[in-house]
Amino acid sequence: MRRILIMGASSAIAEATAREFAALGDALFLVGRNADRLAAIADDLRLRGAAQAETWVMDARELSAYPALLDAATQRLGGLDTALIAHGTLTDQVAAQASSELMLAEFQTNALSQMVLCTELGNRFEAQGHGCIAVISSVAGDRGRQSNYVYGSAKAAVTAFTSGLRQRLHPKGVQVLTIKPGFVDTPMTAAFKKGPLWATPATVAKAIVKAVQRGKPVLYTPWFWWPIMQIIKNIPEAMFRKLKL
Amino acid sequence: MSRQVLSWGRLPAPEQRLIRLGSRFDALPTTSGSLLPYALGRSYGDSCLNSGGALLATRGLDRYIAFDRDSGVIEVEAGVSLGEIIALALPQGWFPAALPGTRFVTVGGAIANDVHGKNHHRAGSFGHQVLGFELLRSDGQVLHCSPTANAALFAATIGGLGLTGLIRRASLQLQRVPGPWIRGSSERFGSLAEFFALSAESAAASAYTVAWIDSSATGANTGRGLFIRGNHADGPASPTTPKGIRLPITPPISLINPLSLSAFNALYYRRPAAVISDALWHWQPFFHPLDAVQEWNRIYGPRGFYQYQCVVPMQDAENVISEMLRRIADSKLGSFLVVLKTFGSMAARGMMSFPRPGATLAIDFPNRGAQTLALLDALDALTMAAGGAVYPAKDARMSPTAFRQYFPQWQAFASHVDPRFSSSFWRRVTETEVSR
Repeated sequence: MRRILIMGASSAIAEATAREFAALGDALFLVGRNADRLAAIADDLRLRGAAQAETWVMDARELSAYPALLDAATQRLGGLDTALIAHGTLTDQVAAQASSELMLAEFQTNALSQMVLCTELGNRFEAQGHGCIAVISSVAGDRGRQSNYVYGSAKAAVTAFTSGLRQRLHPKGVQVLTIKPGFVDTPMTAAFKKGPLWATPATVAKAIVKAVQRGKPVLYTPWFWWPIMQIIKNIPEAMFRKLKL
Repeated sequence: MSRQVLSWGRLPAPEQRLIRLGSRFDALPTTSGSLLPYALGRSYGDSCLNSGGALLATRGLDRYIAFDRDSGVIEVEAGVSLGEIIALALPQGWFPAALPGTRFVTVGGAIANDVHGKNHHRAGSFGHQVLGFELLRSDGQVLHCSPTANAALFAATIGGLGLTGLIRRASLQLQRVPGPWIRGSSERFGSLAEFFALSAESAAASAYTVAWIDSSATGANTGRGLFIRGNHADGPASPTTPKGIRLPITPPISLINPLSLSAFNALYYRRPAAVISDALWHWQPFFHPLDAVQEWNRIYGPRGFYQYQCVVPMQDAENVISEMLRRIADSKLGSFLVVLKTFGSMAARGMMSFPRPGATLAIDFPNRGAQTLALLDALDALTMAAGGAVYPAKDARMSPTAFRQYFPQWQAFASHVDPRFSSSFWRRVTETEVSR
């Protein structure tokens, strides 16, 4: 049985992943902003088989609140060995390129808060000699594109940060998993037209749990995003700057 | 966001806005135009569509809320499907008291259509197992409805086609079962008279009864078919759940045509496996043989199909259904999917519920345009003359005149309809002048 912290637990991908963990009988500590929604999700996860489903209300942008969060999760679950960091917002690119204030706020939510939590978790898991930190980054972090480079660069920071953390913690027996979903049909992306590249949260969730169980370092999900992103990463910059991506 | 939303009959439909609900704590969207809850889209015609308005996609309300393993009371959000209820409850020995012909329907949809199953003569329809539900009205009121609280709205919402507001959560009383197995039999009958005799004879001993009718049989063979009955039973432990397949594409033309149909029907009727005196079925193939093929409705091609389901009072049932089957066989417009069953005498709880005492015939018709519509109108004339009714959940074409005769309480019901809620079906049957 895993004892799992889920940050951003009411997001579609996190909730779908929590259901997979619940079916395995794991104990869950759910963190989000809305107490009613968290309680409803916790009730559901207990009925789906979770050994325990605790809730904790906080705003992920409060960077000083993470040590207290981890103390509470460890205490209530009787230890902590896995974390899924899944909170975030989909940045409104047009608004964020017009306002450096908004750009900084988006970085706070989508990069800095995740990096603070990774730091706190990394040090604790290093000390206990085991653990798994699974962080939702994005294929958008693989290369900055004009259509979403504020979000994309925040995710690029998360990808680079977790890559370094993985190297540091691998010899200490701690897994760091960087998850790069492509297009996922969630409330966050409700305004987009959906095509064949879109995946459901349930598909992504199954892939995440498998990657956690197998100790994978990086997960592109669905898998076909790996070849797509290899092509996009390798387009020469002289040509890339002319593209409308 | 506008997108193509089709109902189960896949008849051409205009694009409509789809607004997704992810939490039962969400308020109704502040959008212009009317609203209609939409989940798995298993209604066949336009009762789950709202052209020009918005659909509230409720499938995101898919959380279990509570389950009492001792009493069999389950409470869920309205977007939970009956298959998901079974997944949680059956391992504990509980099963829906009424289950329609697919498990891919949500609790909200099952209430809104007061769906029925093969055990109507025992358990009534879906509304009979509903202990209560929470309704969000567009004026912001959240009402708990049950047979004793807000009873008028409770009765209007059961079978109320999603028009009385948004059902957010509901609690159900499940039935005790020994496990996933159904023990029963399948046998041939040569006529409708034999069907009614078998139905009457098995009502007391069998919880589930249903018949398949050979729609291409003519002359002396009219009304022949297979009678299937069963009861929940003990069986081997830990069954393997049958695996399904998917119809991956819509064929360019309907695969159901007069030639394929009569050949298939004759084979299906005569195959040795049609007669089994002691069968043990897993619940899935017994209740939901079609669920094994996901998107089976594509078989009728890009033009889609109509389903006609009527109920006619028992005293004339044999004559009326016999006449219907004759017309269907003569027209060569029918399909393989023909189901006949008798409803019991339990009065439905919904003002607008379809189930009522009598015999109910359901049949699919590939959409062949005007000739199909003319045949369905002819069937309506027979149903109306017999004092029967047609099932709105299956309908895409009944006339306002027919609707008002089938559901004479429709005006009283209209006073419970939420002012911001509407559907393509509701406008079609209530806003058009009745021709004299």
